[in-house]
Amino acid sequence: MKLIEKSQYTVLKGNYAVAHGVRLARVEVISAYPITPQTTIAEKLADMTATGELKARFITVESEHSAISAVIASSLAGARSFTATASQGLALMHEMLHWATGARAPVVMVNVNRALAPSWNIWTEQTDSLAQRDTGWIQIYNESNQEVLDTTILAFKIAERVYLPTMVVLDAFILSHTSEPVEIYPQELVDEFLPPYEHPNAINFDDPRAIGAFARPEYYMEFRYNIQKAHEEALRVFKEETELFADMFGRKYDTVEEFMLDDADYVLVLAGSTATTAKYAVAQLRERGEKVGIMRIKLFRPFPVEDVRRVLSGRKKVAVIDRNVSFGHSGIFYMETRAAMYGAKDRPPIFGYVAGLGGRDVRPQDIIDIYEDMKRREEPENIIWKGVRV
Amino acid sequence: MIEIRIHGRGGQGGVVASEILAKAFFKEGKYIQAFPHFGVERRGAPVAAFVRVGEPGSLFVRTNIYEPDHIIVLDPTLLTAVNVMEGLKPGGWIVVNTPQDPEELVKEVGIPPMYKVATVDATAIALKHRLGSKMSPIVNTAILGAFSRAFGAPSLENLLAAIREEAPVKPEENAAAAKEAYESTKILIPQEV
Repeated sequence: MKLIEKSQYTVLKGNYAVAHGVRLARVEVISAYPITPQTTIAEKLADMTATGELKARFITVESEHSAISAVIASSLAGARSFTATASQGLALMHEMLHWATGARAPVVMVNVNRALAPSWNIWTEQTDSLAQRDTGWIQIYNESNQEVLDTTILAFKIAERVYLPTMVVLDAFILSHTSEPVEIYPQELVDEFLPPYEHPNAINFDDPRAIGAFARPEYYMEFRYNIQKAHEEALRVFKEETELFADMFGRKYDTVEEFMLDDADYVLVLAGSTATTAKYAVAQLRERGEKVGIMRIKLFRPFPVEDVRRVLSGRKKVAVIDRNVSFGHSGIFYMETRAAMYGAKDRPPIFGYVAGLGGRDVRPQDIIDIYEDMKRREEPENIIWKGVRV
Repeated sequence: MIEIRIHGRGGQGGVVASEILAKAFFKEGKYIQAFPHFGVERRGAPVAAFVRVGEPGSLFVRTNIYEPDHIIVLDPTLLTAVNVMEGLKPGGWIVVNTPQDPEELVKEVGIPPMYKVATVDATAIALKHRLGSKMSPIVNTAILGAFSRAFGAPSLENLLAAIREEAPVKPEENAAAAKEAYESTKILIPQEV
């Protein structure tokens, strides 16, 4: 019997899919501070470590800043390390996110996308994680609970090959608190995919060394260059590991997902769980004979410039639907997509839409409205607000 | 895709009911989604939970449910406190926890004849099986027995298996309550439906 046939199909919430991914990755140190809607990840992992289902040390802390600090240290000590947060908690970690990258600590974190305050709001929006764009973390966005579990496992493999911290992102409630079928793989199969973590310069009390040393101008720039090179390598590693994952687990992921794109003149671009509803809407548009498809961005950092160009070049028009906003400019995936397309051959006009902020529902009709609005427009605009009351 | 909305009050177990119902359908080979109304819950306040059921591989959506195919009501006082029938599609089931017969309920609440009605005294059944307290009986598993009977799915067998796996406490008592509710459900199907 093949190992994969020992998988168990069950029903899990997104947050519990995270916890099972962490368990299967044999994480050794966890530190987290509770915040809605991430709390049930921390609770489940505390439960798993208490019962011995997961042989890890759970370090309780007084803040998110301390949680990320603890796992940076444990990662540098040679232990596979994990944390999870959302929104304000991620914002509080900001200083240490740079630190994790600079120290080349391959920590994995799950961020449950939640809108930032004020006004207080616990519902989904991607601005919290996207605002951490320049901290040097790998960022991977997800559409389903299965993908969340799979990506949590993948994240450790990728992070530990390139020594970069990695953030796995899922939407508040729409994934975190929604139950749906998930396949949980046998431990032996995950062990084959993900070998134990070893840090070549792990903290060793018998051979002490300095970490986070001072770097004067004649050295600092080389460290930064190496981080950029690691991100370029991460793009290749992401491709390799998702292919290996597909061979072993039967699920194929890529930097971008292509849906109904054959012969598509028009493309909708988005990330995260809104893609499910968008696929439903696009299938309806296809029934009406509209030549439209979807490109879902899964990998945000490193940004998959070549794949984005390959998919979008030669199309008639593109609409990017952002569940986030960079005030003073536009939606963030829009900005990134436009930047990637600059200089590409046969570049289509790209229209930027912002929708669903603070958890406002994005329904199939909203997607259809956006598609029709894009078709009507002649000149691209940076920021078109969908459904806002003004 | 079938969409079901469950109405209850905070603390009655409406969210757990959505998860049990989804799992029972999952056991029948369906693809499912169960989720709470994404809000801040307060004990006693009206709350809703949702279930989607469809064929594996079919396209789903990730939105709230606005036009349910069927509704389940854990607390009969909700029938007049909130508009539980809002958006309910014609021909849908209304499954209510009440000691009343469907005919009495239809007359008292004014349920239009385009809906099918099933009633069960889930509160009495829950108390008999010592689920919750007299002030706050846990009726979520009993009412699912009535749904299974009225709708014809999930099967009682799969429902009981899902209850045994998902009930946070007293799995056997919860399963027994669902079975008793299944057997004592009263049904009204108007001629128009």
